Amino acid sequence: MSAILRFFRRFSAARVGAVLMKEFIQMRRDRLTFAMIIGIPVVQLFIFGYAINLNPRHLPTAIAIDDPGIFARSLTASLRTSDYFQIVKATNSPGEARRLLDEGDVTFVVEIPENFTRDLVRGAEPQLLVETDATDPGASSYALAAINQLATSALARDLSGPLAMRSATNPPFDVVVHRLYNPESITQYNVVPGLLGVILTMTMVLITSMALTRERERGTYENLLSMPATPLEVMIGKIVPYILVGYIQATLILAAARWVFGVPMLGSLTLLSLTLAVFIAANLGLGYTFSTIAQNQMQAMQMTFFYFLPSILLSGFMFPFDGMPAWARVIGEILPLTHFLRIVRGILLKGNTALEIWPNLWPLLLFMAATGAVALARFRRTLD
Amino acid sequence: MTQPLAIDVRGLTKRFGQKLAVNGVDIAVPEGEVWGFLGPNGSGKTTTIRMLCGLLSADAGEGTCLGLDFRKQSETIKRQVGYMTQRFSFWEDLSIRENLDFVARVYGLPNRKMKVNETLEQLGLVKRQHQLAGELSGGWKQRLALAACMLHDPRLLLLDEPTAGVDPKARRDFWDEIHMLSGNGITVLVSTHYMDEAERCDRIVYILNGNLIARGSVAEVIADAHLFTFLVEGDGVRALSQKLRGAPGVEYAAFFGAALHISGRDRDALARALEPYRNTPGLHIEESQPSLEDVFIHLQEQAT
Repeated sequence: MSAILRFFRRFSAARVGAVLMKEFIQMRRDRLTFAMIIGIPVVQLFIFGYAINLNPRHLPTAIAIDDPGIFARSLTASLRTSDYFQIVKATNSPGEARRLLDEGDVTFVVEIPENFTRDLVRGAEPQLLVETDATDPGASSYALAAINQLATSALARDLSGPLAMRSATNPPFDVVVHRLYNPESITQYNVVPGLLGVILTMTMVLITSMALTRERERGTYENLLSMPATPLEVMIGKIVPYILVGYIQATLILAAARWVFGVPMLGSLTLLSLTLAVFIAANLGLGYTFSTIAQNQMQAMQMTFFYFLPSILLSGFMFPFDGMPAWARVIGEILPLTHFLRIVRGILLKGNTALEIWPNLWPLLLFMAATGAVALARFRRTLD
Repeated sequence: MTQPLAIDVRGLTKRFGQKLAVNGVDIAVPEGEVWGFLGPNGSGKTTTIRMLCGLLSADAGEGTCLGLDFRKQSETIKRQVGYMTQRFSFWEDLSIRENLDFVARVYGLPNRKMKVNETLEQLGLVKRQHQLAGELSGGWKQRLALAACMLHDPRLLLLDEPTAGVDPKARRDFWDEIHMLSGNGITVLVSTHYMDEAERCDRIVYILNGNLIARGSVAEVIADAHLFTFLVEGDGVRALSQKLRGAPGVEYAAFFGAALHISGRDRDALARALEPYRNTPGLHIEESQPSLEDVFIHLQEQAT
């Protein structure tokens, strides 16, 4: 009791007020931090609020038609008008459609086999083959559910007159779904390789964003500048150690992916480690650029998080990439994580080769070169 | 034959936004001399030193540093200049040895290991070489910083308030070191606030609000000020200081220890102002040679 009394007797609202005032003044002084605290939530609210879509539509689809009949045309037409499918390629070669799936250009292949119309008319229950990229099982589940319904209703109109009885047997054909690359739809197969990219993005950018900022805060920057080291030398010297750190992280994650989560590794691990170098360097380059801008470590940290959030949300890691509106996909295409996710899933789950990952590798190289150039241009050789 | 100049710059100017930090400063330091750079805080000393070693770009001015164009060849100059920053700027999370080793590598010194060992021995830090630099006391930090600046055998040393916050003994040792280096032909430009340090320099320059307003040997600077000083000591001297401030002829009255220094440029007026107190018992008044500090306070008062 007396302890409580003593506590209140010692407590001074005026002193709290003094500390409070000081904090407000300091908060107001650090303009960049203040702007970020206010601005970032607003920007992110709108970007993510509009971009994220858990029921993705307009999924890129290829149709392989080997049948000139009326039912094949009706099916194609109804797929075209459907919200769920965006037909980006119509071909008569199932091989070509499959290649598009391998390279990640399409999420679906709808294959209408030879004699589909004929067999349907004869009542032979032909097969409609649907192949889907199940590396991200969540991305295609709604569309898959829709396709049965769609096919049945598309043909209902054509199945009239003498064929009306065919529509009574429901459905008049067999929809065969092949979940490729991840037939059991195991979420870990998708998430664990993705985490490799997410964790590397987070740590690599954060570590290097402090690289010059820390020197500046501690006053050692002036000393470094007075020595005959060039900006390129300093940058390479500061980045290379973290490439090694990145490799250690990657090795740990991949080992866990293989032996703990049982993620299949179909492609070449050598190819994967080469692309890892590019991906790690791209992130380090960006972090280093941040560190040439940030005045203190607090700002460096904020920049890192400002970058990290869209990387997770718009890259296709958490939410289906194809479900986002076009403008959000454009932002996503700039992020290295987007391309790295495609590469790592491609190599591990699909067994992609160098040629197949190239469309996603050059954006990483470009990003790496661009951030490196910006960082060098921003590195001041003087204290001006 | 005149001695070649290690630093020879004219019209050195630097602006930060609206503020003119350094305004047309001329400095010519002959090789092998020790020059003191004096002036109040914020007068432009650090800015001038940074311009000389290429850490800041000058807005105007021309000249040479070690015979090289200081504006165009700053990268070459950096290799021959040792610059010691005002605040300890070596890596506190590296050990003493690691700091020296890093500097030696950046400068690409041959026989790096030998050089570092030699330096550690000279410093007397062989036993503590694996201690973190951040754990050193102020005096040791400053000695380490000087040794690190000297590692690449520079011909010119630029020292920015190297002895700020260092104890008197360490300061003395530091200056003995500087004189030894100067004896080996190294040119030194050192900024300081300490008068005893200024008096150990061959020449001093005094900068105020970015303008260089006095230069020469200590005796020359004192003589050029045309200042007269009376010392007042004894009982009631504190009360007297209030009365004398603002009296005709008294340009300023300031205490140096227990003694009150009364200075002004008009000797007769000064004597007249002191006349009424001549015979006060217990009070002792005598004329004295103005000290360097008297001159600096006078110069600063004049400017305000």
